[in-house]
Amino acid sequence: MMLVVLAFLVWIAGWWLNTRLAEGPQAGTRAVQLLVPVIFGVTILIVWELVVRGLEVPLVILPPPSMIAERFGSSMPILWADFSQTFLKGALSGYVMGCGAAFLMAIAVDRYEFLRLGLLPVGNFVAALPIVGTAPILVMWFGFDWQSKAAVVVVMVFFPVLVNTVAGLRETTAMQRDLMETYAASYWQSFFKLRLPAAMPFIFNGLKISTTLALIGAIVAEFFGSPTVGMGFRISTSVGQLALDMVWAEILVAALAGSLFYGCVAMIEKTVTFWHPSQRG
Amino acid sequence: MKSVLAVLTVVAAIIVLWYAACIPMNIKGVLVEVERAGAEVQPPSAKDRRDMGEFGLALNNSFVIPATWEQDRPRLPAPHQVATELWNTTVGKKITSKRSLIYHGWVTLSATLLGFAIGTGLGILLAVGIVHSKVMDMSVMPWAIVSQTIPIIALAPMIIVVLYSVGVQGIIPKAVISAYLSFFPVVVGMVKGLRSPDHMQLDLLRTYNASKSQGFWKLRLPASMPYLFASLKIGIAASLVGAIVGELPTGAVAGLGARLLAGSYYGQTVQIWSALFAAAILAACLVGLLGLIERMVLKRMGMAS
Repeated sequence: MMLVVLAFLVWIAGWWLNTRLAEGPQAGTRAVQLLVPVIFGVTILIVWELVVRGLEVPLVILPPPSMIAERFGSSMPILWADFSQTFLKGALSGYVMGCGAAFLMAIAVDRYEFLRLGLLPVGNFVAALPIVGTAPILVMWFGFDWQSKAAVVVVMVFFPVLVNTVAGLRETTAMQRDLMETYAASYWQSFFKLRLPAAMPFIFNGLKISTTLALIGAIVAEFFGSPTVGMGFRISTSVGQLALDMVWAEILVAALAGSLFYGCVAMIEKTVTFWHPSQRG
Repeated sequence: MKSVLAVLTVVAAIIVLWYAACIPMNIKGVLVEVERAGAEVQPPSAKDRRDMGEFGLALNNSFVIPATWEQDRPRLPAPHQVATELWNTTVGKKITSKRSLIYHGWVTLSATLLGFAIGTGLGILLAVGIVHSKVMDMSVMPWAIVSQTIPIIALAPMIIVVLYSVGVQGIIPKAVISAYLSFFPVVVGMVKGLRSPDHMQLDLLRTYNASKSQGFWKLRLPASMPYLFASLKIGIAASLVGAIVGELPTGAVAGLGARLLAGSYYGQTVQIWSALFAAAILAACLVGLLGLIERMVLKRMGMAS
């Protein structure tokens, strides 16, 4: 019971500290803006740890964070193997193929008005559907290994990237296009020098949405069948064995992989679209 | 008019491609079947056929092509097979039947809607808190944004099993998954929406001596509606995915996800495809319904474009 009271006190203290920081004179600085969410996160972890230990919550319901960290440290090789199977082989290769295919398709769609009128409504429609449902079919076609996961990822990332790229390629104004015309620029010259750079913020928007979708696709596809390695496989079997510390460690890996992946794409965006108002601020 | 024609052309092209794809996908299975039935197949030995490409087989045995669209358990069922199965399992079966897709669809839909309602409600509440309290904004908002970059759906199997072990089962665990999947998009969209009134508008309310709650009800909340509906559409699609994935680890009892899983266990491809289309139709209806409500609400509020 002492631990629960302690957890309550830690919560109050963390909240008080954050209130002081957020309403203090330094609230606008970068350091404080970074510090406040970190304090919040650490407080939650401590409260979680204390409450789980204090109330003696069974391990099969919620393991304390310290156990998860311990498991994370001790099963590095397994986690790395799962990570490389699901993320490097499945999600990343599917992401590259899907985004590449969507990009090429978008150029074709942009070139032919008829295709754009016909394909865009279909694309918008498909983008809202539960595409993860194709996972059992694709697993049946491409086998249990990473190829089927990559295929699911391709299908999942295709339409968001397509729709965003097409929208981006229409971003230039008539004035700008006329200027290229007066320079006697060919289609591809004006494409590479004007329309593609102008489309970049939109393209990266699609690419960023797709990072999460790629991981979701690769993980969920493994619930339908996989070799005995992979993040989705490990999650579903560890849940079956009630080894929840392993599940949480795997979720930690998924969270890290997801935010790093997103961060990388956002970094690339920053260097490519340095001219855009949203990046200059 | 032209765009309707274009859409129809694209859809027709997809269906034609689909029929064409059935030939190479199913030809090997069909050849085995017709050979067992006693027909002449080129080339005659199974070993030669295994080494040949699908297209070569189709050219050599063009008489079996219609059979690739009528197989019992094809690798890729033809569109009309899926449509027939959909018709048979929705209209042709009694709703109470375990094989009726309407029954399974309702199981999934009820979990989706319950979870969506919970997730949206909590999301809006948190967004209101974030907008009104600087501490919450600075502590919670970064985590809400980061949570969008991580595949939180990985939590789904664990939630099902943990809730099961404390005695909660049925609709609630699926609704919990749906709720947290729709929660974060709503929070992020709603915060954006509640902050969307510009300085001029806020200043105007200040000159009217409006209180904080009046400012909320008369300016911030109405101004947030377009953002709310945009995130509701994302949220309901995510909720449906959550409910479907939530049905996977329970051992495939009922629901569209269970139909998918059972179909993939027993190789019932037509069943998988019809469950998939049922899920797609359901998603399209839900998003379409929200779009309709959005248009009505925004029109009533004088915000329709």
